[in-house]
Amino acid sequence: MPAQTSRDLQLNEHGRLRHFLTIEGLGRELLLQILDTAESFATLPGRPVKKVPLLRGRIITNLFFETSTRTRTTFELAAKLLSADVINFNINTSATAKGETLLDTLRNIEAMHSDMFIVRHAQSGAAHFIAEHASPRVSVINAGDGRHAHPTQAMLDMFTIRKHKGEFTPLRVAIVGDVLHSRVARSQILALNTLGVSEVRVVGPRTLLPTEARALGVHVFHDLENGIRDVDVVIMLRLQSERMDGALLPNEHEYFRLYGLTEERLEVAKPDAIVMHPGPINRGIEMDSAVADGSRSVILQQVSYGIAVRMAIMSMAMQSLADLGGES
Amino acid sequence: MSISIINGRLIDPAHGIDDFLDLHTDGEIVVAVGGAPAEFAADEIIDARDCVVCPGLVDLAASLREPGYEHKATLASETAAAARGGITTLLCTPNTNPVIDNSAVVELVHRMARKLGQARILATGALTRGLKGEQLSEMAALKQAGCVAVSNAHHPLASTLVERRALEYATTFGLTVFLRSEDRHLRAGGCAHEGAVAARLGLPSIPSAAESVAVARDLALAEHTKAKVHFRNLSTQTAARMISEAQAASLAVTADVAAHQLHLTEMDVDGFVAECHVSPPFRTLGDRAALRRAVADGTIAAICSDHQPHEPDAKQRPFPETEPGISGLETLLGLTLRLVEEKVFDLPTAIARVTSGPADILGLPHGRLGIGSPADVCVFDPERRWTLDTETMRSEGHNTPFSGWDFAGYITYTLFNGRIVYRASDSD
Repeated sequence: MPAQTSRDLQLNEHGRLRHFLTIEGLGRELLLQILDTAESFATLPGRPVKKVPLLRGRIITNLFFETSTRTRTTFELAAKLLSADVINFNINTSATAKGETLLDTLRNIEAMHSDMFIVRHAQSGAAHFIAEHASPRVSVINAGDGRHAHPTQAMLDMFTIRKHKGEFTPLRVAIVGDVLHSRVARSQILALNTLGVSEVRVVGPRTLLPTEARALGVHVFHDLENGIRDVDVVIMLRLQSERMDGALLPNEHEYFRLYGLTEERLEVAKPDAIVMHPGPINRGIEMDSAVADGSRSVILQQVSYGIAVRMAIMSMAMQSLADLGGES
Repeated sequence: MSISIINGRLIDPAHGIDDFLDLHTDGEIVVAVGGAPAEFAADEIIDARDCVVCPGLVDLAASLREPGYEHKATLASETAAAARGGITTLLCTPNTNPVIDNSAVVELVHRMARKLGQARILATGALTRGLKGEQLSEMAALKQAGCVAVSNAHHPLASTLVERRALEYATTFGLTVFLRSEDRHLRAGGCAHEGAVAARLGLPSIPSAAESVAVARDLALAEHTKAKVHFRNLSTQTAARMISEAQAASLAVTADVAAHQLHLTEMDVDGFVAECHVSPPFRTLGDRAALRRAVADGTIAAICSDHQPHEPDAKQRPFPETEPGISGLETLLGLTLRLVEEKVFDLPTAIARVTSGPADILGLPHGRLGIGSPADVCVFDPERRWTLDTETMRSEGHNTPFSGWDFAGYITYTLFNGRIVYRASDSD
């Protein structure tokens, strides 16, 4: 089987979004189109009639091989605001280990005539795999695969940044914490570079950064103060508690002492810098409560923008299915 | 049936022959090189005009899956694939079910192979019982049953103490020990080279140091125990350099490399290409260049298929969950000859690395065409090109990243023990 690049797989012959698996291979224009489309949806939740009929009659299936109430709920809400019907499948990977292959699971769910799969899976490349093997009438949205990508999260972060900062080009952005294990960080880095920010930095101890981090198109910092000096945006990543086990970190105390964000440390960033976090926050580990709840934190806005951005991506991918013609 | 192979360019590296010489077999052994003996009448004459006539290939490591994993491949399918690939002697790996850790399984495999008659299968015995890495296997019995080497396949040993004892015990019986040097802690569940591509794809990765740390350990134990150690399947520049330095210091160690490691790199994994999931992983262009140099200068004396046939399901999963390995018997010669085109070495050296080179590592009488040798012969047209089509592969495993690749060196005949076991037809 010849390797399909992400670009081949994600765009149809008209250059429209077919699947949304990774930011890689998508151009600046397309990312801006997602943000602009999201802008038109962003006002909806505040209106008395919240729904639009764009995806009426469509069936969207949440295919979660890794549990996540939060992400699944925002996808479900976004689908419902687009008037689609939603089915939720939480597939315990230990059940699939008992015999049913991922491909079998896929065929079974396809038989239920879904138009779109929202996929989350613990293995990098799982969404690609499903997109390669799914029927041509199904669009696949990656809701997080292993350490590889979480592109809808990255786009809602871009949306949040644009809301606060306007243009991308002059911005300096620092991503702090466990980049090595973070699919969110990989997608953010790709999105920020595609949108043309002036600098992307990653900050963390060497155990939490990929050995070849520079190849991702970032500047590498091990010191928090140097890393966030004069930046416009600080993105804090979640630290999983199991990182203490694999000899990656001594303990949470030392991590917070070196990389935890406090009001005081934030002084070196630009005065109007915003603080972001993909959630859920570990208060007192990644950041102080004073920062999380402070005036520069935009963490809760990220969550609500997430709905509009996911609506934009789902509606765009569904439109490209219409390019196939002969729609039922 | 006696056969004469005439008009061909005979390349027999073990005897330093590269000349237009005929080869004659009585249907079992080589009876003459050059002129036919008096009163020799060939039942069949193979006209090898424009072709190279060389010893049948010797492959140091192929997983043949039988007994136990017949859903992946069988001895019948894989020896047929070997014949098509010009391979007449294969060392099968011990990771079958049951494991080749006792004489009964060795005898079973050897008996089945003899009955099939497509290629010579020599069993590699397990170094530890059940390949579990803890207790020694019955190496004396394995040797008596015909094992020429012992290995723990890709399974780790429990400790350096077990490794030391296993090396000492194997050496007691003159068995060469095959080691797949990899530190399992540094491997840590990785599935791709720790480099730029894995960083971008978010794949759990294996650093080069997982190999070099283990090679350093294994070299120290080889020196200490004076065991005959053969390093299997090198993947890094550092390991190749360490082996070269050890050889320069007169340590009796040898090494091989899988043919695919000399062609592909970490970049081929990009896009989550499961066919490129191998162990050890494809590494960098620099590693590939160093491995090629080491093969050219003889530090690495053998190129192997590292054949690992799989059923389609094994590769139809998200990349990290796919099973590593390539079905490589039918591309061993093609990938090796491609290195001649890419000017890594000349044609006689290429042939040496897949015939006398691997045979000499184990002191086998194969991979050469002296009078009295088994008439194991590969005849190929070095100019005629062919394209790999997975649909026509004889191996049960169609898992290869080389589908659609264009190769020089079209095999027209394979002879095993003086019998034709493969004859190209236009449908092939």
